[in-house]
Amino acid sequence: MTGRAEVLDALSGVRDPELDEPITDLDFISELEVEGGSAFVRLRLPTYFCAPNFAYLMVADAKEALLSVPGIESASVVLDDHYASGEINVGVNEGLGFDNAFPEETESPDLEELRTVFRRKSFVARQEQLCRELLAQDYTPEDLARMSLGDVPTSDLRRKYLERRSELGLEVSGTAPLLVDPDGRRVPEEAVVQHLRFARTVRVSIEGNAELCRGLLATRYGVPFREESTA
Amino acid sequence: MYEKDGEKYFVVDGHVHFWDASPENWIEGQEQYAKGWIECFYGYHQLGPEEYYWPMEKYQKYSEETMIKDLFEDGYVDRAIFLPTYLKSWYREGFNTIEQDAVLAEKYPDKFVLNGRFDPRDGEEGLRQLERDHERYGIKGVKLYTAEWHNGSKGWSLKDPEAMRYLEKCEELGITNIHAHKGPTIWPLNKDAFDVRDIDEAATSFPNLNFIVEHVGLPRIEDFCFMATQEPNVYAGLSVVLGGLMHSRPRFFAKVMGELLFWVGEDKMIWASDYAIWHPKWQVEMFVDWEYPEGHEYDDFPRLSTEGKKKILGLNAARLYDIEVPPELRLPEAEEDAQSVEPTVS
Repeated sequence: MTGRAEVLDALSGVRDPELDEPITDLDFISELEVEGGSAFVRLRLPTYFCAPNFAYLMVADAKEALLSVPGIESASVVLDDHYASGEINVGVNEGLGFDNAFPEETESPDLEELRTVFRRKSFVARQEQLCRELLAQDYTPEDLARMSLGDVPTSDLRRKYLERRSELGLEVSGTAPLLVDPDGRRVPEEAVVQHLRFARTVRVSIEGNAELCRGLLATRYGVPFREESTA
Repeated sequence: MYEKDGEKYFVVDGHVHFWDASPENWIEGQEQYAKGWIECFYGYHQLGPEEYYWPMEKYQKYSEETMIKDLFEDGYVDRAIFLPTYLKSWYREGFNTIEQDAVLAEKYPDKFVLNGRFDPRDGEEGLRQLERDHERYGIKGVKLYTAEWHNGSKGWSLKDPEAMRYLEKCEELGITNIHAHKGPTIWPLNKDAFDVRDIDEAATSFPNLNFIVEHVGLPRIEDFCFMATQEPNVYAGLSVVLGGLMHSRPRFFAKVMGELLFWVGEDKMIWASDYAIWHPKWQVEMFVDWEYPEGHEYDDFPRLSTEGKKKILGLNAARLYDIEVPPELRLPEAEEDAQSVEPTVS
């Protein structure tokens, strides 16, 4: 029989596309029930008016994650306390797709384009985190420009970077250059410092926003606001 | 005016509300949105220090006396800038309209600056209304919500030809401060309401207008930074940045400030309490005491001096709104050349 642990593990692969963090870490799951071959999840968000497009993606991704667990045959996901809960819950659980869930309210075909925008941002932010770690280990910006992925010591940040890099369809072999832009173009040596300066702003923006959202969720549901990390 | 360690700060609060979100003002059938909206604000409210929390009933509707006391008696504010938020589809008399704000602004003319709004989708009638608001109230600024829904439209862009006509009208009337809400928002379905590129284009086309981006484009501060650094007439409106992060997440606040100081610079940053979301008193006190936390991660951000804090807390906004600053509260060099602006990006 399928257990909660496996289901939670699958759900930890679902990220808030904007914040680039797993919904399990963000405390967005308020209820999880697994019984036999069926799973039920209740989600909650920091505010009543959180962007419905991102909300939709998370509900849909959560349902897909549940169904990916061996042994789970039926799954339903419910979003609570959101101004568009009704449309989103019906849309996802009946497989309507975002555009059909909000007839006459959307303007561009579905949400993949938006998802890509944020995947690119997250790619940039994760690359910067990895490079920051390398610079702290006494690599120089020139080293980074010359390094291939195979030269980068194994680490959690390296794994995270490669994960997003491969999602964008970029080369991840050991001989591919470490520093490329979101289109896969190599960053030239003389541009590395400036490239990383831009990248840091992207990272700070994503992280700052995630902290704001955690704070709002904590005040809304009276859950503990975890200690601020020092990193 | 705030005084600390012998330094005096002239305080202009760049964004305040006088709202009515009480149940009596909710429109029948729209109660869930009206209630959801103020509850959402209340969530932000609780990111401030606990001793400043209000009960929900007071938060829904507060009195004139409360506002005057909080801002001008307790909160050190010398001048407060009203930016209206209509939301008439949920609130019978609007959430915070120019008419509501005008009652206080006319009663306390030396305390408030009154601003209007426009929506280019209102066409010719909207242009006339803007003229009337200007004539009646002498407004020097407007608040814009590009993500707002209107008659089946899901938002608009400052690049739209209709918007250009409104901006031309603003220029003609001397409404020089264009406050665009680019921040946490309600209605972006898949329309990209956070996008700040339209500001970029408008700022280039209208070099005589100032564009104050409220909430610095949250959640995409980076897009705002990369744009603002290239446009001399684009400013960072800091509401939410101080209120939402300074107390609750001081380390992240320091990083966000560091980024803004690097890209935008202290001459183009404008503090605002977003009252009554947050009380100005703790923000002014905490910001004057603020410095980067311990740790090397902040080493290469620009430092912020007392002079820089004076600009952000009031002198920058005073310049945009021609508010007279008492001589003893000005910066020494500002008296010689009020227009000199140093380059801010290295």
